[in-house]
Amino acid sequence: MLTAPVIVIASFAYVGLLFAIAYYGDKRADAGRSIIANPYIYALSLAVYCTSWTFYGSVGRAATSGIGFLPIYLGPTLMAALWWYVMLKIIRISKQNRITSIADFIASRYGKSQMLGGLVTIIAVVGIIPYIALQLKAISGTFLIVLQYPAFATPENQGAPLFLGDNTFYIAMLLAAFTILFGTRHLDATERHEGLVAAIAFESLVKLLAFIAVGLFVTFWLYDGFGDIFGRASQTPQLSALLTLGGESGSYATWASLTFLSMAAIMFLPRQFQVTVVENVDERHLTKAIWLFPLYLLAINIFVLPITFGGLLHFPDGTVDADTFVLTLPIAERQPWLALFAFIGGLSAATGMVIVETIALSTMVCNDLVMPLLLRLKALRLTERRDLSGLLLGIRRGAIVLILVMGYLYFYLAGEAYALVSIGLISFSAVAQFAPAIIGGIFWKGGTRTAAFCGLAAGFLVWTYTLLLPSFAKSGWLPITFLSHGLFGTDLLKPQQLLGLQGLDDITHCLFWSMLANIGCYVGVSLIKGPNAAEHGQATVFVDALKHPLAAPGSRFWRGSASVNDLLLMVGRFLGPERAHEAFAAYTRSRGARSVEGLSADANLVHHAESLLAGAIGSASARVMVASVVEEEPLDIDEVMNIIDEASQVLAYSRQLEQKSQELEAATNELRGANQRLQELDRLKDDFISTVTHELRTPLTSIRAFSEILNDNPRLDEGERAKFLGIIVKESERLTRLINQVLDLAKIESGAAEWHSSEIDMREVLEDSVTAVSQLFKERKIDLTVELPQKVPGIVADRDRLMQVMLNLLSNAAKFSERAPGAVTVSLAQQSGFLRVEVKDNGIGISAADQEVIFEKFRQVGDTLTGKPQGSGLGLHISRRIIEHFGGRMWVKSRPGEGACFLFTLPLARGLALFKAA
Amino acid sequence: MSHRILIVDDEPNIVASLEFLMRGSNYEVRVARDGEEALRGAECFRPDLVLLDVMMPQRSGFEVCQKIRENPAFRGVKIVMLTAKGRDLEKHRGLDLGANAYVTKPFSTKELMSTVRGLLHTADEPDTVRR
Repeated sequence: MLTAPVIVIASFAYVGLLFAIAYYGDKRADAGRSIIANPYIYALSLAVYCTSWTFYGSVGRAATSGIGFLPIYLGPTLMAALWWYVMLKIIRISKQNRITSIADFIASRYGKSQMLGGLVTIIAVVGIIPYIALQLKAISGTFLIVLQYPAFATPENQGAPLFLGDNTFYIAMLLAAFTILFGTRHLDATERHEGLVAAIAFESLVKLLAFIAVGLFVTFWLYDGFGDIFGRASQTPQLSALLTLGGESGSYATWASLTFLSMAAIMFLPRQFQVTVVENVDERHLTKAIWLFPLYLLAINIFVLPITFGGLLHFPDGTVDADTFVLTLPIAERQPWLALFAFIGGLSAATGMVIVETIALSTMVCNDLVMPLLLRLKALRLTERRDLSGLLLGIRRGAIVLILVMGYLYFYLAGEAYALVSIGLISFSAVAQFAPAIIGGIFWKGGTRTAAFCGLAAGFLVWTYTLLLPSFAKSGWLPITFLSHGLFGTDLLKPQQLLGLQGLDDITHCLFWSMLANIGCYVGVSLIKGPNAAEHGQATVFVDALKHPLAAPGSRFWRGSASVNDLLLMVGRFLGPERAHEAFAAYTRSRGARSVEGLSADANLVHHAESLLAGAIGSASARVMVASVVEEEPLDIDEVMNIIDEASQVLAYSRQLEQKSQELEAATNELRGANQRLQELDRLKDDFISTVTHELRTPLTSIRAFSEILNDNPRLDEGERAKFLGIIVKESERLTRLINQVLDLAKIESGAAEWHSSEIDMREVLEDSVTAVSQLFKERKIDLTVELPQKVPGIVADRDRLMQVMLNLLSNAAKFSERAPGAVTVSLAQQSGFLRVEVKDNGIGISAADQEVIFEKFRQVGDTLTGKPQGSGLGLHISRRIIEHFGGRMWVKSRPGEGACFLFTLPLARGLALFKAA
Repeated sequence: MSHRILIVDDEPNIVASLEFLMRGSNYEVRVARDGEEALRGAECFRPDLVLLDVMMPQRSGFEVCQKIRENPAFRGVKIVMLTAKGRDLEKHRGLDLGANAYVTKPFSTKELMSTVRGLLHTADEPDTVRR
């Protein structure tokens, strides 16, 4: 029923359908109505990640290690969660710089280095070849299986002759033809292939449906649903062991390394870079793909375990390779159409991978390996040829054929020795080497070209030694003693137990050593010698890519002179004159210029030409080509730094501006508040002046009145005359005192007062002040007691000011102790860190409500019986200000009728040093 | 009969000068040292004119002025406000409350006396007519 012609015709029909889709997609793209410009197609195209390795290999791996197949899908799922930042940045950078491959990306990041691009290309090609071989193996193997229908034994490779006569070779060549038709029909500066992406998305859909169809068949047709299969499996001890972590399913180290590897793979496999970055239409699609793609992975993995257990239960004797269960189960159950559908699904998975991978690799080989070499060979006189676009296409097509032939050779030589999964992991380990250079490159400005080169080279060498060469050895291509006894028979050099590191599986072992070498070199060399001007410029463009979403970077870092015509001719040589003219015309329109000839060959145009070229021949070669037609003045590191500084200054300015406007608003509010306070102060000052005026006018009134009286009444008797003159004298003194105190207060308040501090003995101050007032107290018959300790520590203060305070307190005490017998006590005591002075009287006392009021300006509290107290009403206020100036405190303790006790404290001098400094 | 003058001020020296001036013009003088005392003095002394200081403890001159004007028994009593606060605001306030004159300290003795004399003279006129 499933004869060779049926299978072949079905396969060709399917491939024909893909062509139709691709053709339609390209037509629509040319008409400007893209069919791939939606996130669902984008997410499906990302599923090119799932190759025949997934389609057949997951079941195979699950059969030996149970849930150990999962890390390959957990890694991408985890990584997808970071895409919104990491992948977005890579896409933004690539679009801004017209980067068309992962080699281009790394080369461009590290100063547009051709060497680096070449190295990345070599790593990618060597690393990916086994992976392509794996797809070829899957297609040819499954083809043979379906061909044997209704038998279902795993066929042996009958030792077919190399190349001609081997089915696999024809398959490889068919794929090459298909890839050439899809991928290199014409040369495009953006290197995007809309039709191809549409076909890939369709293939993703087909392989998913085929796998689910087989899954449903096994789960619900052969068995009675999930419960039934898992129930039966758990009764078989060997199978139930597959479902536990840490045993058959691999150690934790293996899980961790596989997860890491697949995280790197989903970012850096050339085909993933191609579909995710290069073919991306709109970076907003990424946000949907972040959950759609993991959903796809989930869907294609749901039936892995049911099919595995179904197969293991169905073929208990182990005669059938678990890698083929997806196909052999339908065959064994005589379901020809389902088997055919499964085969087509597997074919989809394999062809999708091969096509995209070879396109990506051929772009790299052409742009980063062959072209730079050809351009260097002066003998070829390439730089003088008018149109190189044909040559470019030729190189790419040749590269595609070459890559597939190499894949076939690897398959032929080494393919049989390994299961599907192991081959895939060898490739994953190779592309993981790109991780430090790329991730470091987009987040760290310090990475240099030499460092990236060393890191990549070191990682690649370790990978070759620990993973690739052993795979050759196991295939018998190298002596097996290389594996068992190490190079030159040295145990420490055993490729899979390097330096005696044991206990890891070969993938984890390789990952450990290669990453150690890679990251070590990358970081180490970068730190030894920092980036130069070109590297610095590119570092800024890459690391700060998300900061300037619309800017076309790069052009700022160029200075020189060029002619428009030279640029046009040169771009034409690579893109073809027509396409070049179209591109320049579009640029002219976007700049608002009238004609191409009217353009000025400024930095922007040169940059534009370079990016056009970069799309076709890679950024490193483009750099070289542009440099050949324009007169460039090299920028030195200082100038690049200046340009970067300017840009960051602009940013800083705008940030400052924002900050300033906020500050301005705050300042406005502050000013409003200050204005209110000023108005309040103005009112207070007004009140103060009014009060001062009143206080000045009062004594002046008496003086003027009595002066006039004396003047007008010359015949006053002696007694009255003396009395009036006495009043005039007293009031004049009062006026003088008042004026002095007002001035004193004004000085203290404005801070203009002079303070002559020195270390003084408080006992002396008290004694002197008591002596000064003794006469007054004697006159008023007030008993004055002084209680001084033997010795007190010194304080630093202005002696005259303290005298002023003491005299004020003593005269107040005298004034309010008029009830005979008056008694005033002055005492001095030392407290912790303070001296405390008390002046206590036995007068009328002060009510609690007035105890603070008396320290305010012009607030006197008098006795209703004695009338208005004498004095300016400023004494206590000034005294308190003086004490506070020296760090002390002044207050009053009193109860009405029980006298008042004024107290103040002054801090002790903290040592002679302070005294001397003062 | 001589006119009676009530002097209300809390500054003893100003009181002394006013007392001397008023007695010199043969007026009968009584002194009050604060607002309360002023009102009591007005009650029993029945002055024809009050020399009233504004800034005093207890009750201010304004209050005293208001009380006197509110009492019908004191109709015809002249009030001269004396103040060391010279602002127009206070002057207006005093006059609004019914003061007959407003004299700012320090005052000229001659001017004060002529104000007092003038007020007492105009007070006499209607009386004379009525009689």
